[in-house]
Amino acid sequence: MFEGLFTALRDEGVPVALDEWLMLHDALDRDLHQSTLSGFYLTARSLLVKDESNYDGFDIAFARYFGGIEPATDAVDDRVWKWLHENPKMLQLTDEQRARLDEMRNDMDLSELLEKLQEKLDKQQEEHHGGSEHIGTGGTSAFGHSGYHPGGIRIGGEGRWKSAIQTAGDRQWRDLRTDTEIGVRDFGVALRRLRHLSTRLDGPATEFDIDDTIKQTAAHAGQLRLSFRRPRRNTVRVLLMLDIGGSMDDHILLLDRLFTAVHQAGHFRDLKVRFFHNCVYDRVYLTPDMQPSRSESTLHLLAQTDPDYKLVMVGDACMAPTELLAPGGAIDYQYMNEEPGAEWLQRVEEHFSHATWLNPHPKKWWESIHGAYTLSIVRRIFPMFELSVNGLDQAVQYLMVRR
Amino acid sequence: MAEARFKGTDDYIASPDLQAAVNVAVALERPLLVRGEPGTGKTLLAEAVAEALGMPLITWPVKSTTRAQDGLYVYDTVQRLYDSQFGEGDPADVAKYIRLGQLGESFAAPERVVLVIDEVDKADLEFPNDLLWELDRMSFQIPETGATVSAVQRPVVIITSNAEKELPDAFLRRCVFHYIAFPDHAQMERIVRVHHPGLDERLIQAAMEGFYLLREMDGLQKRPSTSELVDWVQALAVAGVDPAKIVDELPFMGVVLKKQADLDIARRHMSIRARRAAMQEGRG
Repeated sequence: MFEGLFTALRDEGVPVALDEWLMLHDALDRDLHQSTLSGFYLTARSLLVKDESNYDGFDIAFARYFGGIEPATDAVDDRVWKWLHENPKMLQLTDEQRARLDEMRNDMDLSELLEKLQEKLDKQQEEHHGGSEHIGTGGTSAFGHSGYHPGGIRIGGEGRWKSAIQTAGDRQWRDLRTDTEIGVRDFGVALRRLRHLSTRLDGPATEFDIDDTIKQTAAHAGQLRLSFRRPRRNTVRVLLMLDIGGSMDDHILLLDRLFTAVHQAGHFRDLKVRFFHNCVYDRVYLTPDMQPSRSESTLHLLAQTDPDYKLVMVGDACMAPTELLAPGGAIDYQYMNEEPGAEWLQRVEEHFSHATWLNPHPKKWWESIHGAYTLSIVRRIFPMFELSVNGLDQAVQYLMVRR
Repeated sequence: MAEARFKGTDDYIASPDLQAAVNVAVALERPLLVRGEPGTGKTLLAEAVAEALGMPLITWPVKSTTRAQDGLYVYDTVQRLYDSQFGEGDPADVAKYIRLGQLGESFAAPERVVLVIDEVDKADLEFPNDLLWELDRMSFQIPETGATVSAVQRPVVIITSNAEKELPDAFLRRCVFHYIAFPDHAQMERIVRVHHPGLDERLIQAAMEGFYLLREMDGLQKRPSTSELVDWVQALAVAGVDPAKIVDELPFMGVVLKKQADLDIARRHMSIRARRAAMQEGRG
């Protein structure tokens, strides 16, 4: 019954598990919804949704399933996606053609580009591939994917030429947490040093102290004297922020290992993980698939995170300069950041007494890599280490020493 | 099974969503997880449910050092050692040194009880996971005596959380969930009027607007709640502030926001707002 609702919920990103779904059927059998639609709504919500941030997703799925009502769509709507997904065309360019295009690259700035996209979204009525003007695939227009246009806006598809300033929507990113074995242990060993044992000054004495018990009992002529002490615990708390998507695709394996090692370490007093796309702005994501519904405000995160957390940023820091330096430069189209990314990075760094940045690119490439300009700016904000066993070791030392 | 439905009590007004969640949890014999900001009446809910359904209430307040084991039973080894040394009591009888915790008590009770596990997120990260089996089966073993404590009547379990820490998925999947939302404008207005009858209508409206403006500000460590608003209205009334100026100037902000960091954030938001307003004027 109602399997459509189940799929609709999963489509909206509400994590519904099978046992919850069976619980709902149990409830329906007992007529807990009193055979009304509103009763069903409340019963289903209380059983299927376990986080108030998913209430909205539930409402959308429910409305769509029962009312056939489509929620208001964003500017890049299904119609556009259809153009792009059906019959995509790959662009084949000769070197000569590409050189000519590079030459005539239009130096529109970001806001012009965004305006232009909005204009086209308003105007364009059908799919269009291989041209130089409309939103489509395999062409030389500034909008769409699988095409070539220096400094355009990629919509969907994969980044083929690494020159899209912005991408819009739809990024499926696999969950990072798989258990890869190779290299995990090495990272784990390095992380083990990220430890600061409590000084036994606070907390109740719950650990049985056998040596002292024997001593005390002997001192009292065999009359039992029990002695307890405060257990020592690791007091290190970690906030891990990972860059996801785009240029980080090349480093999946490395991130996998780090992520697994961090989780296996398990000895931190608290571990928070957040995700961002190229740079941190007003919001950060809770899950690697970066759904806006599963995100939180960066200021809220900072307010809720004590400055004594050790901040570990992981990212390649390679991006278009506008993403770091211009308001409205965030790579996600329609995402308007009022303050430039660099200011956000600065704010995040200043909040924590211990912060560091791990870069998956080997250090020797940092000066010359595509994106070296933004990397150098990020490096001025965060002390940067390469994401290797050695680099992690140094980063951990840095985190533990600096006061 | 007795089909007593929870409809709130004289003192506790429960919204229809909350009533539905409670009734589903009671009927399915699943724990009810209630989340909400401090001061939205989570703990009071448990008392109201116990009162409405005519069941005794057992409270298990959770602290940062609470372990799941504490709720099941405590084996007083120390007392037993002392007793054996001084020849008091009967140390051979292990059962004498086993004391049931709150969860154990609620299982052993001959009638159905309401058990509230208060502020579950205060405890260690693993705490909820350690209780999974016991909450599912509603029984546990005491290895020291070999006895099994099983629920005579499965208790109504209500778990409250301030969302300080995220709870494990496996735990969440077994619960019925309800989020107690912050009172909306209409409800809030009723509360303010109860506290300050006969105040200037414009003052109440302006204070409400200003309060929600402050509350919605991004990045606050402690978002102001009902009691702060009530105090603020009092302060504004006593000082005789012109209602027209309240929203723009937000006087006595310190009454609403208690932390220095929050005041700084509010000032930052206000300056952004002022800048935007100026830009708008410039354009218009």
